[in-house]
Amino acid sequence: MQVTGAQAVMKSLEQLGVTDVFGYPGGAILPAYDPLVDSPLNHVLVRHEQGAVHMAEGYAQATGKVGVCIVTSGPAATNIVTGLQDAHLDSIPVLAITGQVASGAIGSDAFQEADVTGITMPCTKHNELVREVARIPAAIKEAFHIASTGRPGPVLVDIPKDILNAVFEWRWPDTMDLPGYRPTVRGHGKMVKDALDLISQAERPVIYAGGGLVRAGAQEELFEFATMLELPVVTTLMARGVFPDRHELWVGMPGMHGHWAATKAFQESDLLITLAARFDDRVTGRLEDFAPKARIIHVDVDPAEIGKNREPDVPIVGDAKVVLGQLVEVARAKLAEVKPEISAWRATVAAWKAGHPLAWDQADEGVIKPQTAISAIAQTWGDEAVYVAGVGQHQMWSSQLIPFSRQRQWINSGGLGTMGFAVPAAMGAKVGVGRDVPVVCIDGDGCFQMTFQEIAAAVQHDIPVTFIVINNGYLGMVRQWQSLFYEGRLSQVTLPQDLPDLVKIADAYGIPGFRAMTIAELQPVLDKAHEITDRPVLIDVRVDPMENVFPMVPAGGSNDDVIESDAEWRERSAQ
Amino acid sequence: MSSIQGRHILAVLVENKPGVLTRVAGMFARRGYNIHSLAVGPTEDPRVSRITIVAGTEAVRLEQIIKQLNKLIHVLKIVELAHGDSIERELQLVKVSATTQTRSQIIELADVFHAEIADVDHDAITIELASTPERLESLVDLLAPYGIRELVRTGTIALARGEKSITDGSKLRLRPVS
Repeated sequence: MQVTGAQAVMKSLEQLGVTDVFGYPGGAILPAYDPLVDSPLNHVLVRHEQGAVHMAEGYAQATGKVGVCIVTSGPAATNIVTGLQDAHLDSIPVLAITGQVASGAIGSDAFQEADVTGITMPCTKHNELVREVARIPAAIKEAFHIASTGRPGPVLVDIPKDILNAVFEWRWPDTMDLPGYRPTVRGHGKMVKDALDLISQAERPVIYAGGGLVRAGAQEELFEFATMLELPVVTTLMARGVFPDRHELWVGMPGMHGHWAATKAFQESDLLITLAARFDDRVTGRLEDFAPKARIIHVDVDPAEIGKNREPDVPIVGDAKVVLGQLVEVARAKLAEVKPEISAWRATVAAWKAGHPLAWDQADEGVIKPQTAISAIAQTWGDEAVYVAGVGQHQMWSSQLIPFSRQRQWINSGGLGTMGFAVPAAMGAKVGVGRDVPVVCIDGDGCFQMTFQEIAAAVQHDIPVTFIVINNGYLGMVRQWQSLFYEGRLSQVTLPQDLPDLVKIADAYGIPGFRAMTIAELQPVLDKAHEITDRPVLIDVRVDPMENVFPMVPAGGSNDDVIESDAEWRERSAQ
Repeated sequence: MSSIQGRHILAVLVENKPGVLTRVAGMFARRGYNIHSLAVGPTEDPRVSRITIVAGTEAVRLEQIIKQLNKLIHVLKIVELAHGDSIERELQLVKVSATTQTRSQIIELADVFHAEIADVDHDAITIELASTPERLESLVDLLAPYGIRELVRTGTIALARGEKSITDGSKLRLRPVS
């Protein structure tokens, strides 16, 4: 069968089981949008290309599948760079297809030309400029495979317009030609035994569960491993939900704004069982002072993560789900030997957890504390919802306060810290999880204003996300740093709470809009919004502008110096 | 022995594809690794190119460099070639000022190094030498008093001593050429 390159793109995506794509047409990609008319693919027309790539990310994070975005050349391709780097740092499987100027025009500074493979080389796992039409099916198949295996990540395929228009005899390749790509899946047997030896001798072991567990879909294996050996579990920002918060073995989230008990448990531990985590600076604080007494087991599918920031005692390269399966299998066979006697340690950790809850002062009347708002949101939408956050204070409070119960229930921009992520990511997640699972987008007023134009796409394509803006009238996290570390000299952080009027924004998009000004209004507004499940909703929650996120480890500081509360901060700065 | 502290020779076998050198060089730049020299060329297998990189780093960083290189999809294999156990060569062309009085002395010096006289003009001689970096440097030292007008040098290329080959195609999982 003779097909055009453009038809081959659509056929390749269908072959790979893709059902949903996010994109925006334009000059060089025009040929690909023609066969889309006859394709079963569901295409969401975004309002800015950054929205397309964040939607693909949200879709991928919510489903575990590859998220796909299609945009044109030049400015469209450069508009997705932020999302590609976001996906790169958070290991999200994304396939980006970009149009390129015609082969003969490449290098001539043609209209809407940009060196897209050059620009995206450092922010993708791999990319390819397709040079002949017959290569399209293999290029897309390989890109999909690279994006979704090993350590997942974004892969970009750049296709010149003449190649989209060229005709060839369709053939779907049954193999792939990737001689330099073979990720390790199974852990080394001896290392697995060594890891269990260390665990059996440990007195204060802690599981350091990272976001790679979510990518690997390893929640069952983790649960079995942790509960069988009765090991305390700490879940990072990227791993929230992979172990249920309500379980007695769960300690908390570590790091800069983590739970006090989790950070403390790391610092006192004698063995960190590191599972698909990467000793990120937001977790470790000053690296030399991080978990100083701990030996390290490090499981990761990416060999380059092992030893990058902290030298492990037992390195295990492999897929976290598979390696956990191996650990469980070996441990089960000789449980009495392997299981450490650590009831005293568990009791200590439990006492820290009970003794250091998150606390804030909510008055019975008047202004809403942001923590109260987020707790009420979590209570209203409950366990069944997926929660998506942007970046900043609202993100930290959400990660601290929502009681997560499963993997892929929490989506946020961790590594890159991309403001504007939440609105499109939540829409992508909603497309992925479907009608029956509510998706709640908790955003800041700063973040929201970066990408809220995508609400038009949510309305047009019937993507009923609940958008909630925690509106404090500031770039809150920046304001917090200026308050704490720049003597309260606030510089360019004010975003007036009424500008724009978010209820009128909702009205302009033809969706219900609500506002809660006081604590008395909060729950009734949330209840009203909760009842609406068939279309997008926007809620403006006005909160205390001056609330700070605690606990906090100051940037570059040691985790031993964690400041637990506003009161402790004031006490320390008075000295 | 040329085991200059912190200099490591990496033989990197890559698929012969467009942009692969940019990927390798870009990775070094973006992660802040130092390249002393880099030489790229074909191998006995047309599907494979060989990049020889002399990296300036301590051993701990070297492991991370190798791991990061391995993550590039087009990289097939990386071998560190130990100083002493490998044959290292660089090619150098050096143009030296020469008068009727000094010309024969310069040619004598070149002979001692088994260097070629690539070009002779009225007041300059160009000497070509392929050898170890140390010998290239010695020659330059000795020529310096005559006045060096121009010098160009390639990056190091290197092969391990003995019978073993690192470019056995079957082990690289390459597809047969169709």
